[in-house]
Amino acid sequence: MPDGALPVLDVRDLKTVFQTRGGEVHAVNDVSFSLKPGELLGVVGESGSGKSVTMMSLLGLLPSPPADVRNGTVTFDGMDLLNVTPEQLRSVRGGKIGFVFQDPMTSLNPVYQVGFQIMEPLRKHMGMNKREAAKRAQELLELVGIPDAKRRLDDYPHQFSGGMRQRVMIAIALACDPQVLIADEPTTALDVTIQAQILELMKELRDKLGMAVIWITHDLGVIAGIADRVMVMYGGQVVEHAPVQELFGNPQHPYTRALLKTIPSIAGERAARLTVIEGQPPIMAGAPTSCPFRDRCDVAMDRCAVQNPPRYDLGDGHDAACFYDARTGGPRDA
Amino acid sequence: MLDEGNKPLVSVKDLKMHFPIFAGLLRRRVGEVKAVDGVSFDVMEGETLGLVGESGCGKSTCGRAVLRLYDITSGSIEIDNREIGATPQTELRGMRPTMQMVFQDPQASLNPRMTVEDIIKEPLDEHTTGTDAEKREKVGELMDAVGLNRKFAKRYPHAFSGGQRQRIGIARALALNPKFIVCDEPIAALDVSIQAQVVNLLEDLQEQFGLTYLFISHDLSMVRHIATRVAVMYLGKIVELAPREALYAEPLHPYTKALLSAVPEPDPSLARATERIILQGDVPSPSNPPEGCNFCTRCPSVMDICKRVEPDYREVHPGRFTACHLYNDTNDTAGQTAGHEAQELTNKENLE
Ligand SMILES: Nc1ncnc2c1ncn2[C@@H]1O[C@H](COP(=O)(O)OP(=O)(O)OP(=O)(O)O)[C@@H](O)[C@H]1O
Ligand SMILES: Nc1ncnc2c1ncn2[C@@H]1O[C@H](COP(=O)(O)OP(=O)(O)OP(=O)(O)O)[C@@H](O)[C@H]1O
Ligand code: SF4
Ligand code: SF4
Ligand SMILES: [Mg+2]
Ligand SMILES: [Mg+2]
Repeated sequence: MPDGALPVLDVRDLKTVFQTRGGEVHAVNDVSFSLKPGELLGVVGESGSGKSVTMMSLLGLLPSPPADVRNGTVTFDGMDLLNVTPEQLRSVRGGKIGFVFQDPMTSLNPVYQVGFQIMEPLRKHMGMNKREAAKRAQELLELVGIPDAKRRLDDYPHQFSGGMRQRVMIAIALACDPQVLIADEPTTALDVTIQAQILELMKELRDKLGMAVIWITHDLGVIAGIADRVMVMYGGQVVEHAPVQELFGNPQHPYTRALLKTIPSIAGERAARLTVIEGQPPIMAGAPTSCPFRDRCDVAMDRCAVQNPPRYDLGDGHDAACFYDARTGGPRDA
Repeated sequence: MLDEGNKPLVSVKDLKMHFPIFAGLLRRRVGEVKAVDGVSFDVMEGETLGLVGESGCGKSTCGRAVLRLYDITSGSIEIDNREIGATPQTELRGMRPTMQMVFQDPQASLNPRMTVEDIIKEPLDEHTTGTDAEKREKVGELMDAVGLNRKFAKRYPHAFSGGQRQRIGIARALALNPKFIVCDEPIAALDVSIQAQVVNLLEDLQEQFGLTYLFISHDLSMVRHIATRVAVMYLGKIVELAPREALYAEPLHPYTKALLSAVPEPDPSLARATERIILQGDVPSPSNPPEGCNFCTRCPSVMDICKRVEPDYREVHPGRFTACHLYNDTNDTAGQTAGHEAQELTNKENLE
């Protein structure tokens, strides 16, 4: 990864709120991050912490209402994606930015053949004719390890296994040689061997095309294996962010520390009971006025109840949003 | 191993589920996808049988077929002393409460026009009596149990994150206190802490109510934690089945060995250093499996015989089943390289 290179994607102070009958849900609160060409950013965090909503917001994929992207800038290719015309956005999406989401709205359409769905972006963004697109679609399916690719182009999504559907989505996301790939839990249905193949493929595309990747996953093993940097989310915010070795070797935020303790191991003693992080996730009903992890934090201080901690820069590309300094065992800037 | 007197709750024999392939303008039948091609296994009462294997190898199809969500091609399925392999769908309805499924694809299995409360309550309405208030209370308890905030009961599925949706499916499957649950990747989209919470919950329920699970997962560390025994599938067939500890300590089948070596390590310094057996070659298509052993196109230990003769699935050590020619004659092959490894294993086990 070229150090000091300009970011290919830069997100500042992104804020997304849902209007519901029960009031507002502040799903994403002032999230900022950037991504350099050829870099692989891993995103982890609690279920419901805002990982998917962050990425869908920046691509303008959330229906409004109920979603309201209130604030922020998303710089890509000299544009602010939050302030472009719908046509400009559509030409970026699925073209220079490829994506795989968990959301049903953006996944495979059950009534169209899989081949058609892969060929569509190729014809739209790359101007290919039908023959060229069909050939490329077959290549893409082979690339993601689908056996008998040519015949399977005519199949419908329900004829594929869960993991195969996921790989079809990855194939679609990669179709137009994107500069940025946003992948939201793209390998949850894949076994380890095929997952390893897909991860190899990602590294290859990064090296060959300089593709940058945002990889959202709950699998810390995957993060450890491929990410350059990791962003940890909790309660709609980035609570920690660091180079991968640093995050695993020297986690600073109490949530990250707790998270790393919960991983069951394939080697060593089998635990009688798995470790969980006790307590409930935050409700996120309003803009945060305290630390979202406070109720579950074992080192919480008075201050944590009245102030939301900012992201403290800890040097070497590491930052953490916490008033407690794990290195000294005391408050950070009392 | 299992206690004496433990009997199978589910007994599957030579189960096949083939899907027809139609092609051409006339949509003529030109072949079939042998998604599940002759599998046999028991699930003991109160145990968790883990089912693992590569994407597309037939795990979901197997789980669905066992619950008769399909009309199966052939084979026998006995659940709770009742043969249901050929039972018509209409007659199965009465049995549905005892056997449930947590589906792999949470968004496809939740009705987008129903609130979460109604989704979880639906099976209660269909199969139980009781007042609406009682049922609502039960829904609340189920939501607590899977870590969903009761305040969200009136929301629709789209307002939930991926992991939250998966938990709605689990709460629904648990609603009728079933005896047997097929869990198809029930925790795949959850973060590790909530995975742990759900797995602990499944274990608690098992202890409390003696539940029996078929647990489909590609997460080998989680399977190691939850399963009593583990079955490994490859291309429509079970290639190995063994008690948990034995399988992880000494996998017998070459495919199991490769699978275990590929588990990602949650430590970056180790992750980049560990030895992996990366399998060569493409996964064959289940509509056109290779001659002989299904794994022969990718097996690092392949022999001539493997390309001609399909290995029998049999018990090679007490409680350990595998289908591989390396273990053909476990007891008298000292001179043969192929049997050597198996011989070593036998010796080791004799010592123990
Ligand atoms: N349409 C909506 N209306 C109200 N709340 C919503 C809506 N969509 C999402 N949310 C809420 O926003 C929060 C963030 O959701 P998001 O999908 O980003 O979580 P996530 O981090 O991706 O979780 P997971 O790991 O489970 O996928 C969740 O608490 C969710 O309930
Ligand atoms: N309805 C169907 N019609 C035709 N083929 C099907 C159908 N359902 C499944 N298949 C095929 O059967 C094979 C096994 O699929 P299955 O869903 O059982 O795999 P799986 O082991 O669950 O995989 P994954 O881990 O990816 O979920 C695949 O090749 C799939 O394409
Ligand atoms: S800010 Fe306070 S409550 Fe929040 S994680 Fe740090 S110590 Fe815990
Ligand atoms: S039978 Fe032969 S090809 Fe098949 S797994 Fe055993 S050694 Fe490998
Ligand atoms: Mg998500
Ligand atoms: Mg499946």
